Amino acid sequence: MVAEKKPPVISRTSEVESEYKWGFVTDIEMDMAPKGLNEDIVRLISRKKNEPEWMTESRLKAFRYWMTLEYKEPRWAKISFPPIDYQDAYYYAAPKSQEAAPESLDDVDPELIEAFNKLGIPLEEQKKMTGVAVDAIFDSVSVATTFQKQLEEAGVIFCPISEAIEKHPELVRKYMGSVVPYTDNFFATLNAAVFSDGTFCYVPPGVKCPMELMTYFRINAEGTGQFERTLIIADKGSYVSYLEGCTAPMRKTNQLHAAVVELIALDDAEIKYSTLQNWYPGDKDGNGGVYNFVTKRGKCAGRNSKISWTQVETGSAITWKYPSVILQGDNSVGEFYSVALVNNYQQADTGTKMIHLGKNTKSTIIAKGISAGKAQGTYRGLVRIMPGAENARNFTRCDSLLIGSECGAHTVPYIEVRNPTAHLEHEATTSRVSDEQLFYLMQRGINEEDAQYMIINGFCKTVFNELPFEFAMEASQLLKVSLEGAVG
Amino acid sequence: MADLLLEVRDLHVAVGDNEILKGLSLAVNKGEVHAIMGPNGSGKSTLANVVAGKPGYTVTAGDVLYEGESILTKLPDERARAGIFLALQYPVELPGVRNRDFLRAALDALRESRGEDKVGIRDFNKLMQAKAEELGLEPDMMKRNVNEGFSGGEKKRNEILQLVVLDPTLALLDETDSGLDIDALKVVAEGVNRFGGPEKAIVLVTHYQRILDYITPDFVHVLIDGRIVRSGGRELALELEKRGYDWLREEAQAGAAPSA
Repeated sequence: MVAEKKPPVISRTSEVESEYKWGFVTDIEMDMAPKGLNEDIVRLISRKKNEPEWMTESRLKAFRYWMTLEYKEPRWAKISFPPIDYQDAYYYAAPKSQEAAPESLDDVDPELIEAFNKLGIPLEEQKKMTGVAVDAIFDSVSVATTFQKQLEEAGVIFCPISEAIEKHPELVRKYMGSVVPYTDNFFATLNAAVFSDGTFCYVPPGVKCPMELMTYFRINAEGTGQFERTLIIADKGSYVSYLEGCTAPMRKTNQLHAAVVELIALDDAEIKYSTLQNWYPGDKDGNGGVYNFVTKRGKCAGRNSKISWTQVETGSAITWKYPSVILQGDNSVGEFYSVALVNNYQQADTGTKMIHLGKNTKSTIIAKGISAGKAQGTYRGLVRIMPGAENARNFTRCDSLLIGSECGAHTVPYIEVRNPTAHLEHEATTSRVSDEQLFYLMQRGINEEDAQYMIINGFCKTVFNELPFEFAMEASQLLKVSLEGAVG
Repeated sequence: MADLLLEVRDLHVAVGDNEILKGLSLAVNKGEVHAIMGPNGSGKSTLANVVAGKPGYTVTAGDVLYEGESILTKLPDERARAGIFLALQYPVELPGVRNRDFLRAALDALRESRGEDKVGIRDFNKLMQAKAEELGLEPDMMKRNVNEGFSGGEKKRNEILQLVVLDPTLALLDETDSGLDIDALKVVAEGVNRFGGPEKAIVLVTHYQRILDYITPDFVHVLIDGRIVRSGGRELALELEKRGYDWLREEAQAGAAPSA
């Protein structure tokens, strides 16, 4: 992938030098809301999306609540960033050609299709990825969703959330905000007010979704925030595997990404949610990069339900994210598998919350942190066993790998047990790539850089094994690219 | 001297301030099997490690030549690609790295350096299966992580598997026999013998004469306190078995006295 040389039309030329391969800017005319955030902007966003009154009101309610928070973000995480001027950003940016929602791919601007091609996400019929349905989101809007027909035949609804608000209001009204209420936290509140687009998925009872579902998020416009909203509902006895990928151009300024993801699994349902997060991490000196402040939470609402989060976090200047599971149904299962890699000046404070409410609930947490350069990585996780959660079990394992001597790895586990029948295990390690291991690999003819990657890759293996096969390969590649300059 | 493969010239090696090798010389020709014997702490493993380029050792004097060229400034992987293989005394565990992936990456690295194509997956599988069978290894072992949860004997056999698959020119075996029961020892010895030949050379570092019942050395060298104090044929090993090392140590001290 080669960065575009043409000067971008909609932004100042501020791209920076980097190894980041996804840093190109797509030269396309944008429809932008005026800078700043107020009730008029919230109404404007709602109007642009032809939303019904209830949605506009819901946004305004969130916005009014957000104003009472006086721009005070949560500051308990081990991250630091300069004050964000929330009035100096665009809250709506859409490719002009997308103003009228495209009926089919033929109506989509070829520039946009090309942009996704460059990212390795072909949308055209003949080039589509086999077995993966993709919802491609460019700045604030969904560009195209592939395989919709095949999914429809299976009864699966997979569409942009703006479309779901219009076509499936009963489902959206019932479930949106039911796991992450608009009062949840500063960024979730902001998202509830200004969310742009995102993905909606509903799998009807007894249906095993016939293919992997994927959303690819792309920030393109400069000075914009991206606030996507994802809602996935797995009805009784259904199964769905969902994957999201994300990239952004290289900019000297920071970009805000504050998403909310809600998952709901009813009786005997299973949701597998995988993330490859590769937002622009900033340059070697820590300039630019995406602030990734994300609230992700799933609710195992039904008996025997299961929600599994797998994340590979290599991008973003700052990651603040705790994909969690509320284990409400008896015998429900929550899983969290994570690789969080930070290099140069990146910061990540990430982990999970497992809230055990139902009987015989079980959670597993495997978190692998890799710190290189001058970066700081923190695992922060909560396991809470509530009084009614008889025979709850949790297994937690946190491993940190340090590369070089100027980085840091931190593990902050919180454990709250209010039922004596609970059974919890916690293991944590911190290590370096050992000289013995390196020598062993090199003695067999493998050069130092490849040897390092083999060891680091091995460190992440248990998490990668949770990813769908193609994405496991991609995750390995991401790791390699993200560590360029740090090893070898 | 066209067959001279490895030449160690008056090698002095220290770890920190501690001098381990104190002027060791050794010449190994192609087609030869050399056994390096000696008591604990005499410097046997150090010799093997320095030839393979393991970090942590300082060469204070002398040189190591391989195929006529000094290799002391070469990295371990460069030496490996030139044909030097070291079977480790304590094979390292590599969590999350599958044995077959490891071996395939190593084989590809060697092939690439020789300008050959990477090994095809079918050919590789065939090769692995044949070699593993020869060594009495469960095929399942290839799917496991490198040395993770392996028994002592499995680890050593895994080293020999790597030896026969990677097929180097010079094999340094660092106490590959220790910790093996007699059956495993035979299997390992068979593997080493199959590897050996007129174009290969083997340097066997060992405590015990036992393995020499199965791998016949052309030369036996006794290393005491960082120097080779005696070289001989196979019969020297048998003598050591009977008499131990003390008589040689005394002789060496007596011999060293005038210069001390």
